[in-house]
Amino acid sequence: MPDVRFHSVFDIIGPVMVGPSSSHTAGAARIGKVVRDIFGEAPETITIYLYESFAKTYRGHGTDVALVAGLLGMAPDDPHLPESMKLAYDQGIKVSFVPKSDKVDHPNTAHIVLQKGDHRLAVTGVSIGGGNIQITEINGFKISLSMGQPTYITIHEDVPGMIAQVTKIFSDAGINIGTMTVTRESKGEQAIMIIETDDYQDDILAKLKQLPHMVNVTYFE
Amino acid sequence: MFYTVKELIEQSHAFPSVAALMVHTEVENSTRTEAQVRHLMSRNLEVMERSVKEGIAGVKSVTGLTGGEAKKLDAYVTSGQFMSGKPIMEAVRNAVAVNEVNAKMGLICATPTAGSAGVLAGVLLAMRDRLHLSHDQQLDFLFTAGAFGLVIANNAGIAGAEGGCQEEVGSASAMAAAALVTANGGTVEQAATAVAITLQNMLGLVCDPVAGLVEVPCVKRNALGASQAMISADMALAGCISVIPADEVIEAVNRVGMQLPATLRETGEGGLATTPTGLRLKEEIFGK
Repeated sequence: MPDVRFHSVFDIIGPVMVGPSSSHTAGAARIGKVVRDIFGEAPETITIYLYESFAKTYRGHGTDVALVAGLLGMAPDDPHLPESMKLAYDQGIKVSFVPKSDKVDHPNTAHIVLQKGDHRLAVTGVSIGGGNIQITEINGFKISLSMGQPTYITIHEDVPGMIAQVTKIFSDAGINIGTMTVTRESKGEQAIMIIETDDYQDDILAKLKQLPHMVNVTYFE
Repeated sequence: MFYTVKELIEQSHAFPSVAALMVHTEVENSTRTEAQVRHLMSRNLEVMERSVKEGIAGVKSVTGLTGGEAKKLDAYVTSGQFMSGKPIMEAVRNAVAVNEVNAKMGLICATPTAGSAGVLAGVLLAMRDRLHLSHDQQLDFLFTAGAFGLVIANNAGIAGAEGGCQEEVGSASAMAAAALVTANGGTVEQAATAVAITLQNMLGLVCDPVAGLVEVPCVKRNALGASQAMISADMALAGCISVIPADEVIEAVNRVGMQLPATLRETGEGGLATTPTGLRLKEEIFGK
C-alpha cells in the first residue's frame, strides 16, 4: 500500500481558491488559518520562516500574501486575500519574512511564530500539493496532523486529570477517538492534545472550552 | 477505498460507474452524505464555468506576463480558420482562460492544483454540449477524474515542487482523458488506458516557472495538456492499448519525479526560468 496522503475526491477536485498556486497560495492560506485558529486571537507580530521552494518563490506565488491572509483568519477563497498585507498593516500587525536555506523534509515548508505580549505560538506547516496541508510541529513538539478529518486541538495547563476529563466528553457523546497525541513543553507548563475523531458534534467544542485549566480549544476539518 | 488503478477498475465493477464508486467511497470516508458530496462538487463546477467565462472575456495577470490570449483564441475559433478541430480548439481556449484568471489571483477550482486548473474545466466545458451531458453527468465527469487523480496523487504526487510538471499538468491531463473516455461511453479499462497514454507522453516534464510565477510556461502547458487529454481519450476509445499498464506508468512518474533535480521542481532555478529572457523578466518583475 502506498503512503496514502490524499483521502477525499475534494483533495483532487478542489479547493475553490484565489490563484495562482494551490501549494503556494491555497495551501499557504490554510496553514495560516490553522495557526491563527490555534493561537485564538489576533497577533501583534508575525514572523514567517520559509524553506526550499517556499523560500525561493514566495513572492511570485503570493505565498507571503496567502500566509498572512490565513493568519488574519481568511479562507483560501476569500476575495480579499490579495489585500492581506495592507489589511495587516492597517491592523497594526508587524509582519516579517525570513527565507532560509536549511534543508527540510518537504519543499513547501513554513515555520510561523505568532506573538502577542507573553502569548507565543510556533507552528511548522507543510503544503503537500493541491491545497492540502500537514502540521508537523507545534511549539517544538513534533506532531503529525493531516487536515480533512474532524480534529480538536486543546491547549491546557499541565495538571492531573485533563486527559480523563477531555476523553469523557467524547465518550459521553458516543464519539470514537481515532488518534490522540498528548505533548507538553515541560512538566507543569502548557500542554497540547491533538484528537482526531470519527464524527463531529456541535456542542463538543463548548464543553471542552468550559473545562477548568483549559486555555484554548480549536476545531478543524 | 482504492489505491491503484487495478483496484479502481475491480471495485468499479460493483457499481454502475467509476463516478458512483467515487461518490460511495467519499461518503464512506467522510462525514458527508451523498447529497452533500454532490452539492459540493456542483459548487466546484460553477466556479469552473465562471473562470472560463471570465478568462475568455479577457484578463491581465498581476505581473502583466500573461493574459488576453483566451480572448484571442476565442476570436480565432469563431473565425473558423483553425486546422486541428473545433472541440480541441475550444478546450485549448478554455484551459488558457482558467489559467489566465488564476494568474491574476482570480477565483478558480484547483484540479488537482491551481497551476493545472485549466485542463479539466477546459475539456469538460468544450465537450459537455457535444456529448449532451446533463448537470449530473457533468458532476460524474468530475468524480471520475477525481477517482483517477486520487490514485495518481497517492502513488506519485500532484505538486510540481515534488515531482515536476509531469505530476501537475500531467496528472490533470490524465484525469481529464479518463473522464472523457467514460463520458463518451468508453469502459473503465479504456479510461485507464487513456491515463497511461497521457502520462507516458508527459513523463519527465519539468516544472520551471519563469520568475517562479504560475504563468510561463504554465498557461500554455495547460492548453497543450487539454489537447493531449482529448487525443489520448480518442486513442483509447479507438481500441489502442498501453503496453505498459497504468499503475506501472504512475510508478515511473513517481520515480522520475524523485530523480528530478531541485532546479527543475518549481524553484525557478532551471529550464525556461534560467533562459536569458526568463532571467531578464525575473529581474524586471522583482528587481535584483
